[in-house]
Amino acid sequence: MNTATKLPFDEMQLTDGAVREIYAQYADWIRDVPHQQLESKRQEAELLFRRVGITFNVYGETAGAERLIPFDVIPRILAASEWERLSAGCLQRVRALNMFLHDIYHKKEIIEAGIVPASILANAQYRPEMFGVDVPQNIYAHIAGVDIVRTGEDDFYVLEDNLRTPSGVSYMMEDRKMMMRLFPELFRRYPIAPVEHYPQVLLNNLRAVAQPGVQDPVVVMLTPGAYNSAYFEHAFIAQQMGVELVEGQDLFVRNNAVYMRTTEGPKRVDVIYRRIDDDYIDPLSFKPDSMLGVPGLLNVYRNGGVTLANAVGTGVADDKATYVYVPEMIRFYLGEEPILSNVPTYQLSKEDDLKYVLDHLPELVVKEVQGSGGYGMLVGPAATKKEIEEFRLRILSSPSNYIAQPTLALSTCPTLVEQGIAPRHVDLRPFVLSGKTVTLVPGALCRVALREGSLVVNSSQGGGTKDTWVLER
Amino acid sequence: MLSRTADHLYWMARYIERAENMARVLDVTYNMSLVPNAAESEAALWQPALMIAGNVEEYEKEYKEYTAANIIKYLAMDENNPSSIYSALRSARENARSVRVALTTETWENINTLWLEFSQFFGANLAESGLSVFCDWVKSRSHLFRGVSFGTMLRDDAFRFLRLGTFVERADNTARLLDVKYHLLLPEEEEVGGAVDYYEWSAVLRAVSAFQAYQKIFSDTIEPWRVAELLVLREDMPRSLHACLSEITPILEQLSGRRNSECRRLAGELHSRLRYGRMDDIFQDGLHEFLTDFIENNNTLGGEIQRTFLNSHGT
Repeated sequence: MNTATKLPFDEMQLTDGAVREIYAQYADWIRDVPHQQLESKRQEAELLFRRVGITFNVYGETAGAERLIPFDVIPRILAASEWERLSAGCLQRVRALNMFLHDIYHKKEIIEAGIVPASILANAQYRPEMFGVDVPQNIYAHIAGVDIVRTGEDDFYVLEDNLRTPSGVSYMMEDRKMMMRLFPELFRRYPIAPVEHYPQVLLNNLRAVAQPGVQDPVVVMLTPGAYNSAYFEHAFIAQQMGVELVEGQDLFVRNNAVYMRTTEGPKRVDVIYRRIDDDYIDPLSFKPDSMLGVPGLLNVYRNGGVTLANAVGTGVADDKATYVYVPEMIRFYLGEEPILSNVPTYQLSKEDDLKYVLDHLPELVVKEVQGSGGYGMLVGPAATKKEIEEFRLRILSSPSNYIAQPTLALSTCPTLVEQGIAPRHVDLRPFVLSGKTVTLVPGALCRVALREGSLVVNSSQGGGTKDTWVLER
Repeated sequence: MLSRTADHLYWMARYIERAENMARVLDVTYNMSLVPNAAESEAALWQPALMIAGNVEEYEKEYKEYTAANIIKYLAMDENNPSSIYSALRSARENARSVRVALTTETWENINTLWLEFSQFFGANLAESGLSVFCDWVKSRSHLFRGVSFGTMLRDDAFRFLRLGTFVERADNTARLLDVKYHLLLPEEEEVGGAVDYYEWSAVLRAVSAFQAYQKIFSDTIEPWRVAELLVLREDMPRSLHACLSEITPILEQLSGRRNSECRRLAGELHSRLRYGRMDDIFQDGLHEFLTDFIENNNTLGGEIQRTFLNSHGT
């Protein structure tokens, strides 16, 4: 249970019961919609999602079991002014992070300036292979998913910058399509900014980061294959961009170039939007037993024979141990004040922080530095005594592997549950695209923790999604 | 296009066609079983279905007796039988899932829906009463698949590989059906055209949707050699060997070409035999020999298509 003493901020309703202005029209509308009708809309959505095959494989469950990510029919609405601030903040962050990546793989000025400790170079996500390698336009994180939570009217925090292979954008688009189908009348009431052009923006960016001199670059999307949990998304984006969806076995390396095997013979590939982690991308350089990657790819990449998006080695910048330095990076590289705040973070590698955290475990959220997907974390207020003690031992065995943050009272959004409409905690992941320009489409993946009181929104932990409406005015 | 994509498309279509033809054979056999005294025994009636599917030996490993219930279970639902309808449709869907990018949304959703709907037949007692409903469902899903792919897909190589799979598989299936039935229905010593069971031959025709066509073309009693002619040489009969090769040959010509001269040659040779062959000559040398030879050549063609276009190792 959430021990926060006061009620969390609700996106629709203020504590005194008044409806927030941007939700006024929606509240008017939903007041007259019977629960049963919403429920039947929800079922219709589920049926359609199943038919389209928007399914998700959950690790640890029976092989091949396909689950739907629950879709909530009640949207999250953001005012134009709120979005302006959020998007400016995300763009600023990603600009700084790209500069940081370029820096630590080149001159390391930020380390010399004493802002980021040199220990960062020992991070497992730092790839020495990338040192001195120039990537087109100096862009490393072409696609970034910035996780944002809200705790009050004006209080937004960045929880995490996902700079490796962030997923979820297909839900932003599919949820929108579904909402337009289920509730066309609402789209007449609200000036909702469209998101459908995301794949076009992405494609233009990817083409723009081909190596200099390449005419009419060939872009492909590299997937681990049909059994990957995010396969639907890979297929969806590739199809929307009109590029080939390839697996490692479809590509091979020859004469410092990457080719795909086609029915007409080998065809040169210039840009690879890869959805395979660094570790698996080239068995000759990283995990030798990886069947997913392309032998020799890293060498071609380092020699400028192909562009990878995202670049190899971005993980060092979205690592939870690096996260704490992002506000300083923004000041250092851009000379600007951060628009969005970090969540206060305790680094357990520091003795004082470790002591504080061990004394306050029931109040804190503790995360593994390199964990993702909601695995390997402790949500203190929701954990049993036994779980806390078990976690304490794990922390003690390797403190630098963990960070801790106060349990934020994440904002809630009205959500359709069995008993009716009830508040559930939400987060927000807009996607920042860097290439020709640094942009983001006005929308986001909104994840919702469907269990009452739960703060974990990850789809692998039973979270659902909502359409996010960014209003144009 | 990617070799792997072409491979998935080709096999997806083959598996759907295979499932449809299996359903056709099961359906007519089942209907035969309702005709009194149609066969000496249950085993004699159902065994040919296994022979057409080409896996008698595997069946015998798993099941002891030749009963209708066992054979139906084996051919329709057995997940250990790689050519059961269940396995074929599952493979079709797996292949489709791997290349959903290359399919139109409608085509993909059609195949995905097919798979979702399949679950309604799990645990159903097909042998008792549900077989016709099941077979009709398989056939209609296959019709839908062909219709939706034909009606929505760009006429590029993706479409061509998909069509290629359909007709290579169909040619094989029709040849097997005819071979097994002809063998069984004509007692060895008897001359072609002797006393044969009207029901049996009409069942063969129905299995390839050719019963009405037969009546229309010949408007005469059903004679085995005419059935053979219809299923081998008639180009206007959509499931005949000739019709299949008439689809395959131009597709191979249109494929953006490299190193496919052997494919074209093989298909052309098969095609011309059907195009210029005479039924009398075929009977003279033996229909069984002709069909065995055809099945083998068609297999070789399939192998050559695989080697030339689909296996990604050839780079």
